[in-house]
Amino acid sequence: MPRVLLIEDDPSVREGVELGLRRRGHEVRTAATGEAGLAALAEFQPDLLLLDLMLPGVNGVEVCRRVREDSQLPIIMLTARGDDFDVVIGLEAGADDYIVKPARTEVIEARIRAVLRRMEAPGGQRPAVEQHGGLTLDRAGLTVTKDGLRLDLAPSELRLLLHLSAAPEQVFSRQQLLEHVWEHSYHGDARLVDACVRRLRNKIEDVPGTPRYIQTLRGFGYRFGPL
Amino acid sequence: MPAESRTPHESRTPRGPRRTSGSQETTEFRPERRRRIVPFGLRTRLILAFLLVAAVSAGTTATLTYREARNSVVSAAQDTAVASFRDEVEQMGSTSLPVLPDRLKEDLQRIARKGKPRPWYVYAEYGTLRISSGTNPESSVITPELRRATNSRGRLHGSFERVVKDGVPYLTIGMPVVFRAGGAGVLPTGLALYAVMPMTEEQTQTEALVSAARAGAMPGLVIALLPALLAASSVLRPVRGLRRAARNMGSGKLDTRIPVRGRDELADLARTFNESAGELERSVTELRRAEERARRFASDVSHELRTPLAGMLAVTEVLDEDAERLPPDTARAVRLISAETGKLAVLIEDLMEISRFDARAAELHTDEIDVAETIRRTLQNRHWTGGHPEQVRTDLPDGIRARLDPRRFDVVVANLVGNALRHGAAPVTVRLRRATAVDGTPLVVTEVTDSGPGIRPDVLPHIFDRFYKADAARTRSVGSGLGLAITLENVHLHGGTIRAANRQDVPHVPHDPYGFPEPYAAGSTGAVFTVEIPLDAETPPDPMEDLA
Repeated sequence: MPRVLLIEDDPSVREGVELGLRRRGHEVRTAATGEAGLAALAEFQPDLLLLDLMLPGVNGVEVCRRVREDSQLPIIMLTARGDDFDVVIGLEAGADDYIVKPARTEVIEARIRAVLRRMEAPGGQRPAVEQHGGLTLDRAGLTVTKDGLRLDLAPSELRLLLHLSAAPEQVFSRQQLLEHVWEHSYHGDARLVDACVRRLRNKIEDVPGTPRYIQTLRGFGYRFGPL
Repeated sequence: MPAESRTPHESRTPRGPRRTSGSQETTEFRPERRRRIVPFGLRTRLILAFLLVAAVSAGTTATLTYREARNSVVSAAQDTAVASFRDEVEQMGSTSLPVLPDRLKEDLQRIARKGKPRPWYVYAEYGTLRISSGTNPESSVITPELRRATNSRGRLHGSFERVVKDGVPYLTIGMPVVFRAGGAGVLPTGLALYAVMPMTEEQTQTEALVSAARAGAMPGLVIALLPALLAASSVLRPVRGLRRAARNMGSGKLDTRIPVRGRDELADLARTFNESAGELERSVTELRRAEERARRFASDVSHELRTPLAGMLAVTEVLDEDAERLPPDTARAVRLISAETGKLAVLIEDLMEISRFDARAAELHTDEIDVAETIRRTLQNRHWTGGHPEQVRTDLPDGIRARLDPRRFDVVVANLVGNALRHGAAPVTVRLRRATAVDGTPLVVTEVTDSGPGIRPDVLPHIFDRFYKADAARTRSVGSGLGLAITLENVHLHGGTIRAANRQDVPHVPHDPYGFPEPYAAGSTGAVFTVEIPLDAETPPDPMEDLA
């Protein structure tokens, strides 16, 4: 069962979520501040970070940014719907998904599982290692290299890239991507997709302004290639 | 009601033309009626009034002057003629008898020559005898009335009359010839003399007077036009300013004030306007502040409630799972708490959503979607389709793509269908079609119909009110009581409209190209909610565009 680090300043939310997740078999460590959370990170070695955005001191967005500096740890933000600005900032800072509070434990756990789920191995004929231009995708090892250099991709970025490249030149609507990559309902928040595409382009494109791998089809969605 | 629901085209209603600015208020709100009653504008009316006053005074003065002058001219000539004729006739007096035609003619010619101020024609009548100083023995301008007056016994001093014949005015004087019968008595001789004098010269003089009066009055009128224009514009400028200010106020610029000039009635009006505007601004500001406080309070309360609720909601599962191991009473209490926590979470979420709409903080995150597919997913996610018997029937033509906020549209459809299932009755029908608004905007129309008894007429106007309870007993509804209010706000946020009606009241259009394949059966009941949203809900900068 995954190890989850929860950084949340409100004691009742912290305890409630901890209790709920622990009952479902997760190993949970909690921290009340960003500093304490960052400290616990190295020692606890979690599989996933549940992060409240509104924290005293070092806030959630800052924590997210610091974690992303040297780690591709999956991060799910805990937010209040309507705090739109924070959501966008958090996604830009590298969060993989977000959960709107208040949420039932089953919802939190479903999101955790979706983020942690390993991409299925490609069906049949396709070799595990693919070459697309300068990109080398290893579907089994879940690594991406560009011109021989290994790229550090956050889980959501990796899943998005693998999903798009599994069907090159096929257009996926943002709602479809939300459903397949994030396992959200069909009516999810498309900003999740846009922010992830933006982050991914910054890492894989030669010129992020004129994307070659992940192309936009205005009004329809995104597609991989043609190269 | 939110601001966007106030019909925006109302402010675009063409104002009454400037000409009818006679009354600010009436012109603005009942231009049609106003126009019929007052055909001219204030400016025209003011100028006309000025000219009328000038014309009346000039005309009266001219007329009076003319009449006086003419009277003095005419009566002077008249008096001279009558007096001198009387003298002549008196001189003739007794010498005239007996009447000898030849001598009489000589006398007449003599008198005619002596005529003052101008020579006369003199006629004599004696019985059937007719003699004149001229060639015609009888005059055609002597009227029977004059003859009668002359021959009457009481008028021995003679009579006169002014007669116009063929456009020429004549003075006719009749004088009986009398003789003195000793003492003071006088007796008519039966001979009557008539003098006829054309008054053309007097007429010429009076005509000169008329043209003089006219020549004096016309420039007067023209000169009167000047102060009329000045007065009109001095009255109209403040009126126009007032009109502009009132319009500004109407369009929400409550800090509009009018500069007060002078101390006249218009200045008073401006001052009153300013005071009222100030008063209005103060109360509106106060109202806004109160509204703002109320809004922030609702928002703060929901925020504050949400945090403890987040903790509670996370542990409801623990309660539910362990309830069966607890003593029955404790188990019931625990389940109650768990269930109510869930409802409370929905209520708080809805309250927060509403307060975001109130604070205009609700944002539209549009995406181009297939509407039929989106509705299908909404129904699937809630497990409303596929059951037996089917709760929800659909008529969703493919290929309708629209730019909508998928999450908000999901809320709209889910709320309407959920509402129909809860308060109406299954089967519920969801229909999708295209339509065109009056102004040509392409619309996507979603219609949710249930098979229940319909909405009571007294409830219908309040159906979108917050927490509105259809039945007076204040039972708590199954939902939050905010579902339809949130639906309305979401539709408005898309720039669309939503209507609630009863099926029997909705007219079926047989030739509607997007008409329903299955017309409503006659006499069938049920509520119909119709949502119309523009195909392109709004045109924000495409978020995908700035990635490219």
